[in-house]
Amino acid sequence: MGHYVLRRVLQMIPVFFGATLLIFLMVYSLPGDPIAAMFGDKAADPAQVASLRHKYYLDQPLWKQYLHYMNNIFHLDFGTSFTGRPVSEIMADAFPVTIRLALVAFFFEIFIGLPLGLIAGLYRGSIADTLVLVLTLIVISIPVFVLGYIAQTIFAINLGWVTATVQDSKDITQLILPGLVLASLSLAYVARLTRTSIGENLRADYMRTAVAKGLPRHTIIGRHLLRNSLIPVVTFLGTDLGALMGGAIVTEGIFNIAGVGNVLYKAINQKEGPTVVGIVTVLVLVYLVASLVVDLLYAVLDPRIRYA
Amino acid sequence: MPDMIEKTAPAGENAIPAQRGTAAEAKAEKPRSLGLDAWHDLRKRPVFVISAVLIVLLVLFAIAPSLFTSVDPRAGDLRNHYLTKPNYLHFFQGDWFGYDGQGRSIYARMIYGARASVVVGICVTAGVTVLGGLLGMIAGYYGGWVDTIVSRFTDMVFGIPLLLGALVILNAFQVRTVWSVVFALVVLGWTQMTRVMRGSVITVKQSDYVTAAKALGAGTGRIMFKHILPNAIAPVIVVATIALGGYIATEATLSFLGIGLQDPTISWGIDINSAQKVIRQAPFALFFPAGMLSVTVLAFIMLGDAVRDALDPKLR
Repeated sequence: MGHYVLRRVLQMIPVFFGATLLIFLMVYSLPGDPIAAMFGDKAADPAQVASLRHKYYLDQPLWKQYLHYMNNIFHLDFGTSFTGRPVSEIMADAFPVTIRLALVAFFFEIFIGLPLGLIAGLYRGSIADTLVLVLTLIVISIPVFVLGYIAQTIFAINLGWVTATVQDSKDITQLILPGLVLASLSLAYVARLTRTSIGENLRADYMRTAVAKGLPRHTIIGRHLLRNSLIPVVTFLGTDLGALMGGAIVTEGIFNIAGVGNVLYKAINQKEGPTVVGIVTVLVLVYLVASLVVDLLYAVLDPRIRYA
Repeated sequence: MPDMIEKTAPAGENAIPAQRGTAAEAKAEKPRSLGLDAWHDLRKRPVFVISAVLIVLLVLFAIAPSLFTSVDPRAGDLRNHYLTKPNYLHFFQGDWFGYDGQGRSIYARMIYGARASVVVGICVTAGVTVLGGLLGMIAGYYGGWVDTIVSRFTDMVFGIPLLLGALVILNAFQVRTVWSVVFALVVLGWTQMTRVMRGSVITVKQSDYVTAAKALGAGTGRIMFKHILPNAIAPVIVVATIALGGYIATEATLSFLGIGLQDPTISWGIDINSAQKVIRQAPFALFFPAGMLSVTVLAFIMLGDAVRDALDPKLR
C-alpha cells in the first residue's frame, strides 16, 4: 500500500509540472501587454514600465519566469496580481465559496443520482427505469447555462421560493438552487452509470450465491451488489469533484456567486496572468489528489484489489 | 437470457448454409461483419431512427439554410422589436418565432445557427479522433517508454479543465471564427480518445491473429492499420459519437460566455446570451435557440447511445 502510494505520488510530479507549464505558456505567451494596459490611455513612463516589468519578472525569458514562479509556489507565494493584490488573498476569498457550492452539488449527486440509478438498475424495464432514462437524457442534453436560466426564472422569479442571485454564500439555503444546477449534468451521469453497473452485476455469480444462501434482500443489495457496482461511479465522482471546483464558471456567473469560476473568468478576460496561473495550479493539484484518493478508495470498496 | 438466444440464432442459421453452399451462394449469404451486424441492429431501433432523422435535418440546415427560410438572419428591422410577440401560425415565415432585440428573425437565426454547431461538432470530433486515436495507437502498440511518455503527456493535458483551457486559448485570438474554436477544443480534447484507444489496442494486441500476422512477416504499419485498427476502433467510435454532442454544447457555452464565436457568425450560444437579458419580457427569444441547441445535443447523444448498444457485444 505504502509502496503504491509512493509510486503514484512520484507519477504525479511530472504531471503537475507539465500541466502547470502548459497553462503558464498558454497564459504568458498571449498577445497583449498587461503592463502597458495598467497605464490606460496615459503615455507610459519608460522607467516606470521597466521597473514594473522587473517587479513582475516579465523582463526575463519565459522559462526563467516559470522556474521563478514554481520556486515561489513551493514557498507558498503565488505572486501578486497586476492590480497589486496578492493572489493567495484572492484565492482565500474565492475558494471557500466554491468549495461550499461544490459540496452542495456533490451532495445532490450522491443522494439523488445514486438512488435514482439504483432504482432504475434494480427494476430494469419498469416505468421508473424508463422515467430515469428519459429524465437524465433530457438533463444531459440541455446545456447548463440554459438550465440555469430556466431554474432561475421558475423558482426565483415566478415562484419566489429562493433569491435569484446568491447574496450570502455562507447561507446554505441560497446555495441549493445553484448547487442543483451545477450538479445536474453529473447527477444524470451518476444515475446512468449506477444503473449500468448494477445491471451488469445483477447477473454475477456472487449475486446468485447470495440469493441462494437466503440472505435478506437489503444485505444482498447493500453489501454485495452496491459495493461491487460503486467502483465506476466512485471513479466518476472523484474526477468530477475537480471539475466542480473549476467548471462552475457558468453557474457562478448566472447566480452571481463570487467563487473561483467567476474570479477566473474575469482574470482571463483581463489578462491577469498571475491570478489565472495561480488558480489553475491549485485546480490541477485538486484534480491530482482527487484521482489518487479515488484509486485508494477502490481497495476499500473491493477487498479483492490490493496494492502491493 | 432468452432474448440473447433469439438474437444469436438467426446469425447461426445464416452461417451454416454459407459454408455448405457453392461459392456464389456463399457470397450472397456471407456472415455479417461486426459493422454490418451493428447496422442491421441499428435500423430496427426507434432511438436510432429518430436521432438519425434529426441529424439529417440539422445537416440540411447547415448545408442549405435558404431552403428553409427566405429571411436574411442578419437583417435587423427595429420595427420588429422583440416585444412584438411571435406569430405561431405563420409557419416558416420570419415572424414565426418572433424577433430578437435587434429585430432579426429568431426562426431564421435558428436555422442558420445550425451551421456553426454542426461544423464545430464534426470537425472537433474528427480532429480529436484522428489525433487522439493515433497517439493512443502508438502508445498501446509500442508500450514501454513510448507509452510512458504519451500517457504522462495525456495526463498533463487532461489535468487542464476543458472550459478553462479553451477560454485561455481563445483569448489569444483577436478575431475568433469557427476554426479558432475547433482548434482550441481539439488541442484540449484529444486526451479522452487517446486513453480509450490505448486501452483498446492493448487488449487487441494480444490476440492470436496479431501474433499470426507477425509470424507471417507483416510490417508494423500493416499490423497496426489492417489488423489492430479495425478491431480496436469500436469503443473509440462510441466515445466519439457521444462526445460530438458535448462539443456542440461546449461551443455554445463558449459563445454564451462571449469568448467563443463572434458576430457576424450566427451561433445559438450568442443568441442565448443576448436573450438572457430580456428573459422576463421575451422568454421566447431564449426558448427557441436554447431548444434547438438542446435537441441537437440530444440527437447526438441518442445516436451515441444507439451506436454503443449496437457495437458492444457484451450487451447482446
